[in-house]
Amino acid sequence: MYLQNSETMTKQAPDITLKPKVTSIVKINNLNVHVGQHHILKNINLEITKNKITVLLGPSGCGKTTLLKCLNKLTDLYTELRVSGKIFIEEDDILNTQKNVPVIRQKMGLLSQLPYPLPISIYKNVAYGIKLKGVRDKKLIEYNVEKYLREVGLWNEVKDRLHNSPTSLSIGQQQRLCLARGLAVKPRIILADEPTSSLDPISSKIIENLFRKLKKNYTIILVTHVLRQAVRLADNVVFMYYGEIIEQGHSKDLFKNPKTEKLREYMLEGN
Amino acid sequence: MNRRKIIEENIFKFLSGFATYSLIAILAFIIIIIFVKGFNSLSLDMVIKTPKGGYYYGGEGGVLNAIIGSLDIAFGATFIAILIGMPAALYINVHLIRYKRIQNTIRYLLDALWGIPSIVYGAFGFTLMLFFGMNASLIAGIITIALLITPIVVRTFDEVLSTIPIGLYEATLALGSTKTETAFKIMFKQGFSGFITAVLLAFGRGIGDAASVLFTAGYTDLIPLYLNEPAATLPLAIFFQLGSPIPEVRERAFAAAAILTIIILIISLTARYLSKRYSKSNLK
Ligand SMILES: Nc1ncnc2c1ncn2[C@@H]1O[C@H](COP(=O)(O)OP(=O)(O)O)[C@@H](O)[C@H]1O
Ligand SMILES: [Mg+2]
Repeated sequence: MYLQNSETMTKQAPDITLKPKVTSIVKINNLNVHVGQHHILKNINLEITKNKITVLLGPSGCGKTTLLKCLNKLTDLYTELRVSGKIFIEEDDILNTQKNVPVIRQKMGLLSQLPYPLPISIYKNVAYGIKLKGVRDKKLIEYNVEKYLREVGLWNEVKDRLHNSPTSLSIGQQQRLCLARGLAVKPRIILADEPTSSLDPISSKIIENLFRKLKKNYTIILVTHVLRQAVRLADNVVFMYYGEIIEQGHSKDLFKNPKTEKLREYMLEGN
Repeated sequence: MNRRKIIEENIFKFLSGFATYSLIAILAFIIIIIFVKGFNSLSLDMVIKTPKGGYYYGGEGGVLNAIIGSLDIAFGATFIAILIGMPAALYINVHLIRYKRIQNTIRYLLDALWGIPSIVYGAFGFTLMLFFGMNASLIAGIITIALLITPIVVRTFDEVLSTIPIGLYEATLALGSTKTETAFKIMFKQGFSGFITAVLLAFGRGIGDAASVLFTAGYTDLIPLYLNEPAATLPLAIFFQLGSPIPEVRERAFAAAAILTIIILIISLTARYLSKRYSKSNLK
């Protein structure tokens, strides 16, 4: 499986390497996060390439979720987190900007470990973000709700019960609903924090396939601790360990020739 | 070992079952006493007539004045309590989500307010009245009861809101909602059943309280037509009649108590029904 995957990736590889300048959509400079004495993220420097799947890989507790939360400023919810450094998203320094936070957050769609559907109907879950963007035209909202539900392959499954509560859906369907809801806000980036960890294998596969399709139009940052998922999906890999980036690079290079002992160990244990 | 567990299980099952059913039995007992004792006086006249001359000595009339007064005060006060308490509870849970220490201080203060005996609210309301040069009136009763029940609305609703997983906040904010949108569009709906419980609890406390309306709403045999007129209330009607040496009048006290119980029952059933309808309409 490992070999097969790296072969399919060779086709895409030249794409990145031949371009004189890689177009990055996110740039992180010297990002540090502290909680009290605890240094959660240590001097993170990272560029995320547009329209690729970048996988943040690493064991539990290494700071992957915290890094994602820095990107869409959900760290604001926790007073105890002290964040310093620079994060540029499409040239905006989001940690030091006057721009209002909701606008920044709408550049990113969030998919979390557990799906958290809003306590309104399936239809309204998707319509919610469209309305937040100021769309009032009912026909247009209807059109978009269907479009995004189709995009995540959920339309046929829910079209007869659009006005039911999303709690009547399976966890896997709820996760796709949350993805559709996020896409409806028209983000540029999808932040996915172990989005398949609570799902069954079939639902996980569906989500993975969606990501492969979605990267044409979106930049995907996927957090996972599952090595095999990283191998299957990643264009670029960022390997984290205890709050530090230990290694990063193109998926096929990195997994073929891990430079550090830590990653080598992680790959051994993961397989 | 295994047998010990079975015995343990049975003892605990018995004890908790006993606690549950005795609670229900006591409640049933109270209701039965009220209805049995008040049955003879429970008539249509009780609910459609105001006290006529000599009513308090066993003469003709009813307690319509107190029914109307109580409903006016309880609805008015609950309305004010919702107006203040609902946004306050949402504010504590959404806008103050970062500030755990402030949240806890506010909760502590509200619990203290909840614990203050209602006679103290009555005294406070009375002092306010004197300060503004008002007489005992419907509006003074409404404001005093509102003060009494607002902490109940806030804390009960807050208790449910505080159990909402942080993931839902994160998801809502990540979509680009402002904090206020998060509070009123999502968290209110997520905590809606708790909101209804809060309102019913507050309403029940408000309509049933005697001490805080004693000096503030006053008492009258007339139906109050304006906010500045005094108003009778059912708890006080019960209190005055129960103190009578005449058995018939004491019976009427129980009839009034039965009416109060029925009102609370009707209100809470209606509220539960409406809240179910609301939750369904939310899905449309
Ligand atoms: N709000 C917080 N308060 C205290 N410690 C935190 C907080 N958020 C994260 N941490 C700590 O930071 C470390 C990284 O957490 P996290 O980013 O969730 O890791 P991962 O997602 O890689 O499993 C953990 O040790 C965790 O306990
Ligand atoms: Mg995590």
